[in-house]
Amino acid sequence: MRASIWLIPVVLFFALAALLYASLGRDTETLPSALINQPVPAFALPDLLDENTVHTEAIFEGRWALLNVWGSWCPTCYVEHPYFMQLAEQGVDIVGVNYKDAKDKAEKYLMDLGNPYSEIIVDREGDFALDLGVYGAPETYLINPDGIILVRHAGEVNAQVWEEKFQPHLPSSVDATVVPAPAAPMP
Amino acid sequence: MRGLLVTLLMIISMAAQGFDIYEFDTAEQEQRYRKLITELRCPKCQNQSIGDSDADIAEDMRRKTAELINEGKTDKEVVEYFRARYGDFVSYRPPMDATTVVLWFGPAVILLLGVFGVVFAVRRALRRQLDDDEETL
Repeated sequence: MRASIWLIPVVLFFALAALLYASLGRDTETLPSALINQPVPAFALPDLLDENTVHTEAIFEGRWALLNVWGSWCPTCYVEHPYFMQLAEQGVDIVGVNYKDAKDKAEKYLMDLGNPYSEIIVDREGDFALDLGVYGAPETYLINPDGIILVRHAGEVNAQVWEEKFQPHLPSSVDATVVPAPAAPMP
Repeated sequence: MRGLLVTLLMIISMAAQGFDIYEFDTAEQEQRYRKLITELRCPKCQNQSIGDSDADIAEDMRRKTAELINEGKTDKEVVEYFRARYGDFVSYRPPMDATTVVLWFGPAVILLLGVFGVVFAVRRALRRQLDDDEETL
């Protein structure tokens, strides 16, 4: 009885140490998204390449799409860009959000690296991104044909992230098949 | 000389504030703004409030906070606006629910356990001393 009482603090100590050790190196940067299983927030913003076109949340109806928040000022966007080119080639439908960027710089980015996007929504002030809960670029969302956000990923999208985070949500008919028209070539 | 120094200090302190100074209709609204930006947490640079942070997103959130206050939103509505977008994380005052109940009551429970432990130990020591006294009698 007496021995067991003195064991309590020792056990508590090791339990706490184990808990803290397990949390070491845990990714604390990635926040849970408040928008999972929520509809895409309402917006009305112009297209980057055609300023007379205004996009709204209705563009996400009836298609499986990725929503990729990017900017020419964002270093990681350059890193993930080739992978998006590859996805677009495989027929994945990607909508870009050009986030707090300058038009000429954004256009140069696409001119130099190619355009994987079906449409590019211009969010110069960052209001739409605020509604999406974006806290940095790049961020990528998977949106189903009902306009509901299924996945949110902050940071680079690569083959591993795609396979682990995005692919499990996609119906096999959509994966690697063309949904609507493929990305328009740059003028 | 002193005037120059004061001017210089004012310029430095203004620069440190990042220059985003918003207009409010009333002093009370400005007070609320100043309080809110210390209670909202920057999602990019964790462990800084949006008032402390220089990150782009913190600046946007300050702008939005000022906008919402000027639209006549209450403090609660402003916090709710950000919580709907960034989750509970964004507030330095977490709501009480199943996942945060340990945070809210954990310290009190540990304190109570400590008090019980001390009371138990003291009483036992006293009793032993009494026993010893009786034995010597």
